[in-house]
Amino acid sequence: MIDTSAIGLVQVEEDVKILAPNVIITTFDKIINWGRLSSMWPTTFGLACCAIEMMAAGAAHNDLDRFGIIFRGSPRQADCVIVAGTVTKKMAPVVRRVYDQIPEPRYVIAMGSCACTGGVFKTYSTVQGCDSFLPVDVYVPGCPPRPETLLEGLMMLQEKIRNEKARWSPWR
Amino acid sequence: MAVTEVRTTIHPAGTDPVQIAEKIKELFPDQVIDVANFRDQVSVIIKKDMSVAILKYLHDDPLLSFDHLQDLTAVDYLKKKDVRFEVVYGLYSMKYRHQIRIRAQVAEDNPSIGSAVSIWEGANWHERECYDMFGIRFNGHPDLRRILMPEDWEGYPLRKDYPLKGPELEKDWIGFREVIRRSQELKEFEWEG
Repeated sequence: MIDTSAIGLVQVEEDVKILAPNVIITTFDKIINWGRLSSMWPTTFGLACCAIEMMAAGAAHNDLDRFGIIFRGSPRQADCVIVAGTVTKKMAPVVRRVYDQIPEPRYVIAMGSCACTGGVFKTYSTVQGCDSFLPVDVYVPGCPPRPETLLEGLMMLQEKIRNEKARWSPWR
Repeated sequence: MAVTEVRTTIHPAGTDPVQIAEKIKELFPDQVIDVANFRDQVSVIIKKDMSVAILKYLHDDPLLSFDHLQDLTAVDYLKKKDVRFEVVYGLYSMKYRHQIRIRAQVAEDNPSIGSAVSIWEGANWHERECYDMFGIRFNGHPDLRRILMPEDWEGYPLRKDYPLKGPELEKDWIGFREVIRRSQELKEFEWEG
C-alpha cells in the first residue's frame, strides 16, 4: 500500500484519489526540450541580402513571434544564431566570437547558399561555408531563401531540439 | 558673376573632350602618349611622372574646371600591354558638364604614382582601395592603408596573377587560420546528441 499522504493525493469521490490539480507528470527531456524549442531566441546577425529576408520572416506577415522566436540584440541572451549571408574571411573571427558568447545550449542556422557553401563566391575573400568554423545544425538553402524556407528551417531546428536526449543533464 | 561670364564664352555643353585632349597635348607634349576615342569617350594616356600636375591643371583651369573626380581605379594589363598597370581617373565638370578620362601608365617594377588627394579630397579612399587591390602606392597620400582586406593580408587580390580562388588554407590569412584552429580546439565541448 502506497502512503498517499506523502505525494498529496486528493480524494474526489469514494475510493477515487487523484493527484492534486496543479501537478503534471512528464519527463525532464520533454519539459526542458519543450521549453527550449518554444522560446528560441536568435541573436540578430545579418551579413548580406539574406538578412533582409530574415527580417521579412520576422515581420508581421510571417511573424516569427508566434513560434516564440524573438530576435535578441545580445548573443549573451540568445539561444541560436542565424548566419544570414556571405561570410568573408575578415568577418569569420567576428561570427565565431558572436557564437562563442552564446550560452549553452546553442544552435546555428546557416541561412542561404553563401553561409552553407560559399555560394557563387568561390573567391579569395569568402569562406566556403560557415561550417568550416561553426557547428551548423540546420542548413537553409536558397539565394536568398524565402521567409517560408527560413521558417521551415527554424521548425526543423525545433524538431531537432524536441528529440534531444538528456542535454539538460550534468552527466550528458 | 564670374561663373556665368565664363559659361557664355564656351559651348553650353562644355568643351568637346577632343579639344581638352588637344589642350593637354599642347601643354604637356612629352607626357601624353596617346589619345584614345571610344564612342566619344576620350581617354588621354599619359606618363605617370607629371600626372599630378596634369590633373591639377584640369582642376584649376577656369575653362575646364574639372571639380568632380567620378572614379579612380586601376587596370592590370598583364601580358596584354608593355606597361602593366594603368591608373584611370574619370573626371567631370559640374560647372560645364564635360568629362574626360585620364589613364596614367604605371610600370610593374615600381608601382607608384602621385596622389590626387591634394586636388580632390574624395580620392583618399579610392586610392586606398587601389593600393589594397593592385598594390599601387600613391606618393603623398595622407593615410595609405588597406581599406577592404585585413591589414596583414598578403598579396593584391585584383592583380591578374593572383589566384582567383585565393591562397591555399596553409597560406591563407593568419586571422582565418586562427579561427579554424580555435574552432577545432573547441570541438570537444560541442554537444554530439
